[in-house]
Amino acid sequence: MRTRLTPYLFVSPAMILLIAFGIVPILIAAVISTTNMNISAFMNWGNVKFIGIDNYTKLFADPAFWNSIGNTALFAVVGVPAILVLSLAVALLLNHSQNRFFQVLRSFYFIPAITAIVAVSLVWGYLYNTQFGVFNYLLSFVGIGPVQWLSDPTLAKFSVGLVAVWRGTGLNIIIFLAALQAVPKEYLEAAALDGASGWKKIVSITIPLLRFAIFFVGVTTTISWLQFFDEPFVLTDGGPLGATTSASIFLYKEGFRLNQFGYASAGSIVLFAIIAVVTLVQLRVKGNDDD
Amino acid sequence: MTSRLSGRTEVRIAPRTQLPAEPDAGSTRNTPPARPRTARRSVSASRGRTLPVAIGIALAAGALITAFPFFWMIASSFKPQREAVQYPPSLLPQAPTMEYFVRLFTELDFGRYFVNTIIVVFIGFVGLLLMAMAGYAFAKFDFRGRKVLFFFVLATMMIPIQVTMIPTYLMLNGMKLTNTLVGIALPTLVSGFSVFLFRQFMSTIPTELLEAARLDGAGEFRTFWQVVLPMSGPILAVQVVLTFIAGWNSFLWPLVIASDQQSYTLSVGLALLNEQIARNPSLQMAAASIMVVPILIVFIIFQRYVVQGFALSGLK
Repeated sequence: MRTRLTPYLFVSPAMILLIAFGIVPILIAAVISTTNMNISAFMNWGNVKFIGIDNYTKLFADPAFWNSIGNTALFAVVGVPAILVLSLAVALLLNHSQNRFFQVLRSFYFIPAITAIVAVSLVWGYLYNTQFGVFNYLLSFVGIGPVQWLSDPTLAKFSVGLVAVWRGTGLNIIIFLAALQAVPKEYLEAAALDGASGWKKIVSITIPLLRFAIFFVGVTTTISWLQFFDEPFVLTDGGPLGATTSASIFLYKEGFRLNQFGYASAGSIVLFAIIAVVTLVQLRVKGNDDD
Repeated sequence: MTSRLSGRTEVRIAPRTQLPAEPDAGSTRNTPPARPRTARRSVSASRGRTLPVAIGIALAAGALITAFPFFWMIASSFKPQREAVQYPPSLLPQAPTMEYFVRLFTELDFGRYFVNTIIVVFIGFVGLLLMAMAGYAFAKFDFRGRKVLFFFVLATMMIPIQVTMIPTYLMLNGMKLTNTLVGIALPTLVSGFSVFLFRQFMSTIPTELLEAARLDGAGEFRTFWQVVLPMSGPILAVQVVLTFIAGWNSFLWPLVIASDQQSYTLSVGLALLNEQIARNPSLQMAAASIMVVPILIVFIIFQRYVVQGFALSGLK
């Protein structure tokens, strides 16, 4: 009954799909990135020619590409700490009590994380509207004139990023709350007996014990910022003047609006390399931390 | 799960009643849901009243700010267009109308997008079974190649759709699956993260139970179906919710693969509504509400499983 084949029967359907749509496409992307493949390939595959590293040289000389990488880096550098600190703070506060009121409040903070980004981006776009948006109306009470939320290049980065932060905290609050449940109460009680204040307990006991959750949230949040797409796509379509063009938006436009499959694939391989390096560095830092 | 109320430092004023179990705990079925009133009083007695109240107020303010866009979305979806673009804006609709919801389904094709989205979500549930099977094998079997395969599972968690979308598009185009719902669902049918969660959970199922089932003559698949799956209720509930949310909300991939209105999902229809109809916030907010409200309902019903699932997944 129990043969050596059994485990393979269980894993193969999932593994076939995972390899077919997770691993194989990377290899194909690497191959396509060395060709001049574009829309003409659909008429005749003979149009596809090997061009070596030309796509990569062109890419590295393309100011639009560097602009998108720069924007993505800026989003990650500002956004990761913002989400990390905000979600940890809210989780610690929510964890303060288990009563019904706090339970209900929890749900409010989770809601942005689970709702469609497209839908909420649209709503934010409406709130940001210069002529009849609520934000400018509220600011008018304190005497601040109409703010160009999405049409000023510098401010647009902030506006788009704010939506992502608002959205990104919810899931991480859940993760931190789950991790907080695993903090042994005995430690906190012992510290309290020794006279430690609430703040001291959080800094010296809770946060060190949350190290893995903080690390996990840090890595996943970084990866999600490096893949930033939906909010700028809906709110600004990468504009104004490319100010909110993330690496993902650059790849989407090159690949599916301009149909430059080879060129976009080269860009996607570079993005993949960046994500891999950043993740490995984070893992390495975490590794040393444990010693 | 430990109750946070069983503490040495707490001063118990009320006579010792049954400890209120945490609402998140899965094993509360036998205990009547005790009102946490006595416990709350004892906690406050030790910490003073002001701090929890201050925290409660701060959190409530934050929650209101967080929820405001949703409130605005729903309120605006009932405003006549003239009212939606007036300045100063009004909080509540003065002359509420259902007109825009009707227009979405009559003039625009949102009925079709809605059905398409539901179909994509249900195809996703098939993937759930496949991922549970894989998670089980990784948790409970020792086989040649396990380490390599599991490395693939973890590696795919890191690979963004932006990297794979062009090759995947070309592959599905070759299989004539562009502009089909299967084409939308297939690439995300199996996710590394979910396989990982299943494995984490299923490795806590006692091996003795599986051995007992086998001794009783159950086949491998029957053991999985009748012993493993029923014991995996909590993680299945989490994954059902996550699969639903992911399928319902997914945007970039449906946008890439569906170029024909027939196969639009709600997210694609909504995003392109943004481009096509210049300035009709009421219509946009009605469409956004149609997309957001079902998720809110699912979440409100299953909320505790989501939190519980992350607690179970070994994220400590």
